[in-house]
Amino acid sequence: MAVYRGFSVTGQFNRRLGAVAAAALSFLPAVAWAQEAVPESGSQPLPGEYSLQRSVTPIMDSIVAFHNGILLWTCGLIVGLVLVLIIIVAVRFNAKANPVPSKTTHNTLVEILWTVLPIIVLIVIAIPSFGVLSDQLTTPDGQRKYLGSNIFSFGDVAVPAPELTVKATGNQWYWDYEYVDQAKSFSSNILGETDPNGQGVDRPTLKPGQPRLLAVDNELVVPVNTTVRVQVTADPGGVIHAFAVPAFGIKIDAVPGRLNETWFNARETGIFYGQCSELCGKDHAFMPIAVRVVTKEEFTAFMASFESSGDYATANATLAAVK
Amino acid sequence: MADTTHLEAHATGHDSAASHDHHTPTGWRRYVYSTNHKDIGVMYLWFAVIAGIVGGLLSGFMRMELQEPGIQIFHGLAAMVYGINGDAAVDAGKHMYNVFTTAHALIMIFFMVMPATVGGFGNYFAPLMIGAPDTAFPRINNIAFWLLPPAFILLLMSFFFAGPDGANMNGTGGGWTIYPPLSTTGQPGPAMDFAILALHVAGISSILGAINLITTIFNMRAPGMTIHKMPLFVWSILVTAFLLLLALPVLAGGITMLLTDRNFGTAFFKSDQGGDPVLFQHLFWFFGHPEVYIMILPGFGIVSHIISTFSRKPVFGYLAMAYAMVAIGFVGFVVWAHHMYTTGLSLDVQRYFVAATMVIAVPTGVKIFSWIATMWGGSITFKTPMLWAIGFIFLFTVGGVTGVVLANAGADRVLHDTYYVVAHFHYVLSLGAVFSIFAGWYYWFPKMFGYMYKETLGKIHFWSMFIGVNLVFFPQHFLGLAGMPRRYIDYPDAFGMWNRVSSIGYYITFLSMLVFFYATWEAFRAKRPAGDSPWGDGATTLEWTLSSPPPFHQFSTLPKIDSTNVH
Repeated sequence: MAVYRGFSVTGQFNRRLGAVAAAALSFLPAVAWAQEAVPESGSQPLPGEYSLQRSVTPIMDSIVAFHNGILLWTCGLIVGLVLVLIIIVAVRFNAKANPVPSKTTHNTLVEILWTVLPIIVLIVIAIPSFGVLSDQLTTPDGQRKYLGSNIFSFGDVAVPAPELTVKATGNQWYWDYEYVDQAKSFSSNILGETDPNGQGVDRPTLKPGQPRLLAVDNELVVPVNTTVRVQVTADPGGVIHAFAVPAFGIKIDAVPGRLNETWFNARETGIFYGQCSELCGKDHAFMPIAVRVVTKEEFTAFMASFESSGDYATANATLAAVK
Repeated sequence: MADTTHLEAHATGHDSAASHDHHTPTGWRRYVYSTNHKDIGVMYLWFAVIAGIVGGLLSGFMRMELQEPGIQIFHGLAAMVYGINGDAAVDAGKHMYNVFTTAHALIMIFFMVMPATVGGFGNYFAPLMIGAPDTAFPRINNIAFWLLPPAFILLLMSFFFAGPDGANMNGTGGGWTIYPPLSTTGQPGPAMDFAILALHVAGISSILGAINLITTIFNMRAPGMTIHKMPLFVWSILVTAFLLLLALPVLAGGITMLLTDRNFGTAFFKSDQGGDPVLFQHLFWFFGHPEVYIMILPGFGIVSHIISTFSRKPVFGYLAMAYAMVAIGFVGFVVWAHHMYTTGLSLDVQRYFVAATMVIAVPTGVKIFSWIATMWGGSITFKTPMLWAIGFIFLFTVGGVTGVVLANAGADRVLHDTYYVVAHFHYVLSLGAVFSIFAGWYYWFPKMFGYMYKETLGKIHFWSMFIGVNLVFFPQHFLGLAGMPRRYIDYPDAFGMWNRVSSIGYYITFLSMLVFFYATWEAFRAKRPAGDSPWGDGATTLEWTLSSPPPFHQFSTLPKIDSTNVH
C-alpha cells in the first residue's frame, strides 16, 4: 500500500474530524451504539460512521485520498469562506452599523478574480479526478501502474493482470454468481431474520454476529491479492440492479442485455459487504452483496472442491469457519 | 423613473375602482375562466401549497419508517389499506414505500416547486416587472394552469391501480426517474400509465406556460426597458422558460416511447428485442438535468431582488448575474450523463461529463459571490425575506460543493445512488429552491394580498425550518459516505443513528410548517394593510409602484423606463 506521501494532511484531518464528531456524538442518546463490536476483518458500515468505508483495494485507496484529501477540504473551505463572508456582512453592513449604503455595483478586478480562482481550483481537482477515474475504468494488464493513495503521482502501485473472472447477475431479488472460466455458478440470497417484522422466514436465518440485511447464505469467494475481473449483468427478462462493494470502491449497473465490467484486487481477507444500488422493486433493500476474500491456498482448495463436487455448500465447507 | 411610475400607480389605482366597466368576472368564473396573470399566479401558488402538503406528508411517512432499523410502519399501513397481515403485509408495505418515494419526488418537482416558481411568481411578477398589462397569451395561461389539477389527479389516481404483478401492489414504485425495465415489464399494471399520463399533461402545461412567458418577456416590455435593463427575476424566468421549452419535449418523447413499449408492443427500451434500457436514461436525463435548473433558476432571480432590496443597494454585477444564468442554462443541457456514471459509460465519455459538469461551478460561483458583494457595503435590514434569502445562499453553497464532489466520476463511484446524493439534491432543492420560494412568498406576500404578516412569526418559521431541514439532510451526507443506498425501506443497523437524527429533523420541519400556515392564516385574519411599497427605497422594481394588491388590470398607460437603475 502506498503511503499518503503528498497527503499526510489527510490522516490528521480525519483524526481532528473524528475528535469533533466524537465530542458532538457524546451529546446524543444513541452514542451507546458506537461501542458495539467492530468486526475483526472485512468491511461493513460501522455504527455512526460519518466517512467513507475503510479501503482494501488500490482503487478505493485513491478514492479515499481524493475525497478526504482534496474534495472534503475544498468543500469545507468554500462553505467556510461563504459563511465567514455572510457573518462579516451581517456584522459590518447591517443598517445600524452602516446606515448609508454604498452604490458600488461593479469591480472588474474582483469579478475577474472570482471567475478565475474557481477555475484554478477546479483544474486542481480535475487532475487527480481524471487519474482516479482512469484507474477505475482500466482493467490491469500487469504493466500499468495505479495511483493508489498517492493521487498526484503518475502511478506507483503495481496491480497484476486478472487471474479470475466472476460474473454477477442481478435478479429480482438475489444475485447469481458464476466463476466464468470454471463454469461453476451459484445463487446468493439474503439471510432471513427471526424478528417478526423480518422477511423470508423460509430462508436460512442469521447467525449471531452476522450483520442484518448484509449477510447472505452463499458468499462470493475470491482469493486475496489477486485481480478479479467482475462481469455484471442482469436477468434478461428482469430489471436493472447495481453491483457495489464500498470497501473495494466499485459500483456498476447490472443492465439486462449488457455485460458491464469492473475489477478489484483486495489486499485483506475477510467478508466485504455491499448492497444493490439501483432501484429494482419491492425487495431492493434485501439483495445484499457479500464477497468473502480468502487466502490463495484456501481459494485453491475451495475451487477444487467446487469443481469436483459441483456443489457450493460442499466447497464452502473447505473454508475455515468465520464467526 | 420614480416620478413617472408613481403617477402611473395612482392612475392605475383608479382603474381598479372602475373595474366594473371592464367586466371583471366575479365568483368562481373569475378563477375558472381567468385570463388574468395575477389571479392565475395566485392559483398556481395555492396549488403548490396543496401539493406541497401532500408531498411533505408522504416524506413524513418515509422518515417515520427510516427512524429505526427494521420495517416500522409500512407493513402496518399496508395492513390498514389492504386488510392483510403477516408476510403479505410486509411485502405490500415494501412496495408502498417505493410508491411513496416516487410520488414524493414527482409531486414536489412537478406540482410544488415548478408551479410555485414559474407558474406562481413567474406569472404574477414577470409581467409586473417589465411593465406589461398582462401576459401575451392570457387564454393559454388559463389552460396551462387548469391542466395541472387533472395531471395531479392522474398521479394521485395511480395510487389506486395495480403496479407490479401480484396482489396488493397498487401504485407506481419505479422512482421519479421511471427507468425501464422496472417501469415497463417490472410494473405492468395501469398505475404506471397513470403516472406517465400525469407527466404528459403536466409537461404540456409547462410548455404552454413557457411559450407564454417567453413571448411576454420578448414582446411586452414597457418602453425603455431594454433586455439589459430587465430585472434579474425576469431574466431568470426567461432562461427557465427556454429550458422548459427545450427539455420537456424530450421527456415527452421518452415517456411516449415508454408508453408504447408498455402497451403497443414497441421495443425501444427492451434489450431482448434489440432495444436499450440505457437509451431511456439518456433521454430522461437530457430532460432531467435542465429540470433541476428549471427548479432553481427562478430562485436565483428572487434572491437577487431580495438581497438588493434589503441591502438598499443595486445588484452587484448585473450583467454577469444575468449571463451567469444563461450560461448555467446552456451548460445544463450538455452534462446529463453525470447521472449515469455507473451505467457502463466508456472512460472518454465519463471524462467529458466530468469536465463539462465542473464548468457549471464557475457561473454558480459568480452568482454566490455577487450576492455577497451586493450585501457588501449595504445597509442591511434582516426582515423575514432577507433571512430566507441569506439562508438560501448558504444552503445552496453547501449543496453546490457536494455537487462538485459528485461531478467527479471517480468519487461518484462510491457515492452514486447513496444518501450522499439524496443529501446533495435536497440541499439544492428542498433547502435551496424551497427557501427561495419562501423568500419570495414573504417578500411578495404584502404585494399579492395587500396584508402584512407578523414579522415574528416569519422569523420563527425561518429559524425553525433552517434547523429542521439541516438536521434532516446534513446527516444524510454521513450515511451516503458510509455507503447507505437510496430508496431503501430498511437498512443495516449501523446506519441507525444518523437516520434517527434525520427523522428528528423532519419533526422539527413539520412543526415549522405549522408556523408557516398559522402565520399565513394570521395575516389574512388580521388584515394589516401593507402599503404600496413596504420594503422602503431598496425595492426598485415596477411592482412596488403599484397598489397592494395591484389593480385587476395594471399599466393601462405603460410606464416609461428612463432610469438605468431599474434592476
